[in-house]
Amino acid sequence: MNFWNDPLKVAADWLMGIFTSWGMNDVAAHVLVAFLGVLLLITILMVIDIFLVWIERKVVSRFQDRIGPNRVGPFGLIQPFADIIKLMIKEDTTPDGADKVVYNIAPILSMMSVLILWAVVPLAPVMLGVDLNIGVLFIIAAGSIGTLSIIMAGWSSNNKFSVIGAFRCVAVMVSFEIPMLATLLIPTIFTGSMGMNAIIQGQNIWYVFLSPLAALIFLIAAIAELGRAPFDLAEGESELVSGYNIEYSGMKFGMFYAGELLHAFTFGGFWAIMFFGGYRFFGLEQISPFLAIAIILFKALVGYWIIMWVKYTVMRIRIDQMLAFNWKFLTPVAFVLVMVTALMNALLRDAGNWLYITGMILSNIIVAWASLEIVRLVSKKERERVEGLKQVVEAHH
Amino acid sequence: MTGEHIIFLIVGAVTLLSALMVVTMRNLVHAALWLVATLFGVAIIYTLLNAGFLAVVQVVVYIGAIAILFIFAVMLTRRQAADTGVSVNKNWWAGALMAVLTFAGLAYLLQSWRGFSKTAAAIPSGFDAVNQLGEALTSPAGYVLPFEVASVLLLAALVGAVYLAFNKK
Repeated sequence: MNFWNDPLKVAADWLMGIFTSWGMNDVAAHVLVAFLGVLLLITILMVIDIFLVWIERKVVSRFQDRIGPNRVGPFGLIQPFADIIKLMIKEDTTPDGADKVVYNIAPILSMMSVLILWAVVPLAPVMLGVDLNIGVLFIIAAGSIGTLSIIMAGWSSNNKFSVIGAFRCVAVMVSFEIPMLATLLIPTIFTGSMGMNAIIQGQNIWYVFLSPLAALIFLIAAIAELGRAPFDLAEGESELVSGYNIEYSGMKFGMFYAGELLHAFTFGGFWAIMFFGGYRFFGLEQISPFLAIAIILFKALVGYWIIMWVKYTVMRIRIDQMLAFNWKFLTPVAFVLVMVTALMNALLRDAGNWLYITGMILSNIIVAWASLEIVRLVSKKERERVEGLKQVVEAHH
Repeated sequence: MTGEHIIFLIVGAVTLLSALMVVTMRNLVHAALWLVATLFGVAIIYTLLNAGFLAVVQVVVYIGAIAILFIFAVMLTRRQAADTGVSVNKNWWAGALMAVLTFAGLAYLLQSWRGFSKTAAAIPSGFDAVNQLGEALTSPAGYVLPFEVASVLLLAALVGAVYLAFNKK
């Protein structure tokens, strides 16, 4: 057991040795080592977060046919640091009549709801915070804390625009939680466990090949949960400005902004864990845990890039369209898919690998085709109704 | 006194305090936020009891759905979002009496239970509580009937809500 095979355990044992040699008792030393581990993880995440600002700005500029930040440092790499210094020395304003305590807690809760997600992310086979056997539900629970932080921010600002922005944002998050939870059940069905590590270990074949529809629905629900385009309804430049966070300035706004970017990156990571094998890549993860970390970070970045790609390509949709899309289309499809997958899993479990994979893919294709066909028929009827109304109106004139 | 005791005492005190704040706060949104703190404390107590699944479900259902619904209802039904009325009516003493009697009854019931003063047996390693819970809820020998009855009740509530809100054209 050397450092290169299990760095966390070696480091923890070494620290434990030091602390106990100082005469600290075992429990206290354990707590201190765990605390230092959490501190290390959060620090690394926050540093990644700083560079995510740079990545986001560079990528969006490429999508919009411009160059992006390129003046401060090589490739504009020092730009985010300049931004942070600017955010920190900005005046910290609190609106008149704001509920001060709630107003100040909200950005912290928002950042926290993202950071606690990393407690269950397995970075390598031996490197993970906790292997909760309910890891999948933990994602949704952390999401509900995020929802709470948004409604707190919107309400405590004492500004009608931020309340309306918060309502819209919360409506999106509460609705899209449901298809997300339903699609998260599909890797659970394949694995027979809700633990993240077990789900990754179970992916001898990536689950995206078993259930591409579930991967797609999860991505859509994740984008909505993040409040990114086309679901960034909290924003409305002409009528709502930026939604629930308009009254925040300086680093408090920075917390929301950094939280959003890290959240997008995190959901890229969860997409990779659930459907693209997490840290696994043709056995490379067995060589070294550091390689496994590189693989999962790369996959998370690819997921993040796809989320950005969608954000800068698709236009914002209206709130009624968004709600109709979720409740009348995405949620029923997700539930039908869960039921079909569970049934196929029960039928084909002992049938051999190839039959299992073919059956799963076929059932996915059939569910997708049937739901699109139903949508097509309904919209055809709706079009005919509208056409008919138009003719009636024209005949009237 | 072990670390677990200390954590339990702190969490219990915080939970009780925030529960008290829920009923004494004049501002309804503040009361709802203190309710969130109370529910979170209960979730931590579930975790201390090794019931991780219940703890997470507590957060998802009570904080993620019900508390948010409370806040929405307060904000949408009151004329002012920051409503500061009296928080109690003249029956407050009856409510307090009921709470005390319920607590006394529960304490009496637990007192007469054999396992009350025993320390819980250590949980064997590899014990999968989620699996056990799932099997208990779905096996005919377990609790499949109450589970299904509760599901049908929820479904009926759902249908009723849709019927009430449905806009007949």
